[in-house]
Amino acid sequence: MTGRLRSLLWVVTACVLVVLSVPWFLWGDARTAAGVPIWLWWHIGWMVLASLVFSLFARTDWDRYMGVGDV
Amino acid sequence: MSELSLQLGIVVGYLVVALGVGLVAYRLTSNVAEDYYLADRSIGTLVLLFTTFATLLSAFTFFAGPNIAYAQGPEWILVMGVMDGILFAILWYLIGYKQWLVGRRQGYVTLSEMLGDRFGSTGLRGLVAAISLFWLFPYVMLQQMGAGEALAGLTGGALPYWAGAALITAFMILYVVIAGMRGVAWTDTIQGLFMLSVTWIALAWVLGAVGGPAAATDALGSTNPEFLALGSEFYTPAYIISTAVVIAFGVTMFPQINQRFFVAGSDRVLKRSFALWPVLVLLLFVPTFLLGTWAAGLGIDVPAGENVLPVLLSEYTPVWFAALVIAGALAAMMSSSDSMLLSGSSYFIRDLYRPFVDPTLSEAREAWLARGGVAIFATASFLASLSRPGTLIEVGSTAFGGFAQLTLPVLVALYWRGTTRNGILAGIAGSQLLYLAHVFVPTVPVDIAGSTVPLFARTYAGWDVALAGMTLGALLTVSVSALTSPTADEDDSRLVVSAD
Repeated sequence: MTGRLRSLLWVVTACVLVVLSVPWFLWGDARTAAGVPIWLWWHIGWMVLASLVFSLFARTDWDRYMGVGDV
Repeated sequence: MSELSLQLGIVVGYLVVALGVGLVAYRLTSNVAEDYYLADRSIGTLVLLFTTFATLLSAFTFFAGPNIAYAQGPEWILVMGVMDGILFAILWYLIGYKQWLVGRRQGYVTLSEMLGDRFGSTGLRGLVAAISLFWLFPYVMLQQMGAGEALAGLTGGALPYWAGAALITAFMILYVVIAGMRGVAWTDTIQGLFMLSVTWIALAWVLGAVGGPAAATDALGSTNPEFLALGSEFYTPAYIISTAVVIAFGVTMFPQINQRFFVAGSDRVLKRSFALWPVLVLLLFVPTFLLGTWAAGLGIDVPAGENVLPVLLSEYTPVWFAALVIAGALAAMMSSSDSMLLSGSSYFIRDLYRPFVDPTLSEAREAWLARGGVAIFATASFLASLSRPGTLIEVGSTAFGGFAQLTLPVLVALYWRGTTRNGILAGIAGSQLLYLAHVFVPTVPVDIAGSTVPLFARTYAGWDVALAGMTLGALLTVSVSALTSPTADEDDSRLVVSAD
């Protein structure tokens, strides 16, 4: 994978993480599961996913964009 | 033991533990500025994570936030998640890690010092410090207001508002003066862990009493069914996006947060904190805001001027536990204030006093002068807090908007070597002027093409004017930089961190 494509993927990933942390597609939806609105379950799952993506980024390309190291 | 002495005993007991930690930290601190402010750049993951976390929260977690959830529904959890969990984490990397790399290389202690050195401008250094202190002042004041109200509420007015605020102010000054960053960071960690535990215990306790989350939600569905549906007239997309973006960008420029970017012991510490951030935000805000929301369905009646969470807890949990939660809230407010005072004093001494008043200030004398600065700043904000202007949320969000104006010019300067002194000055001054005008000039309705538009309002069609200021700041920084050339004393290599 070229460096440019890799960078583009990280930027797209970051944007998707930001945009979908609010489940806009569930706007107005009042269904609940186990006593909690399902839009909140989405958010909880999304934040855990964000944490995993962040930790992947921290382990791989963290220094790539700062001009340090030899990644 | 009477209820009052039990409550006060728990709160005072907490303060004593915090002071003890500060004293231990003081014994480990050399009296040199870098250690006093930055704990010698040696903070570990857990401590960095919680010290940043605790300073972010203040009274919002326990009081203002659940109050909004009680009145409007739980969507603030989403705002917090986008804002603190995702956007702030990304800025943590883009601004925080970059500042850490630059700071380690050049020995910077404050943001203004870094910018002043990069652009060879003492004026810029002073301007950034002055703007930061200007927006910091009301925010410190709000913590004192919050503490005064919490103690008055806890003791049923036996301890008046002014006495509660004064007590906390005195304790804060004493604490910061003897401990410095290392002490503050250690108590922040204790407080952060304490808050997390207390919150989950409270959730379990209340849910146990009412028959679980499904029962609580059913009750809510019969009283406030609109709370369960995502979005409302209050929670519009414009509100959610504006609030999350403005506060996330504002938070990175708060002196006490920004200074945290310089304190990590290693990049591993920064990486781990970055990855844990979204989960930590969830762990704290989901239970507190859900408790506030469920209270609406449980028929909890909150008297005017009081906060929903203490009322809910006193209904469903024993007296000592409710007092423990108040102690946790006080802990949050104090750690916010401690950090703000410490960072504020370093901005004042290093970026205003030393460059403009006494350039020959010695390191040891600087550390002592910083302590004096803390006492003066805290006393002044305490006096201002006695007038109680506006609600916590109003003045708090105004301060966040003010700090958010700094973020984009700084981000441009950190990554674009073509940024010039004139460019960043234009970006910072232009955005601040636009924002200040909207904060202080009264709203004027004007007719434009047949429709009436309120000029100088804080929002336009639901969008916060702070967003417009941020955009203007970025545009001015880039365009003026492109049109002007750097002067001889600007050094565009200062913020570059090429391979060691």
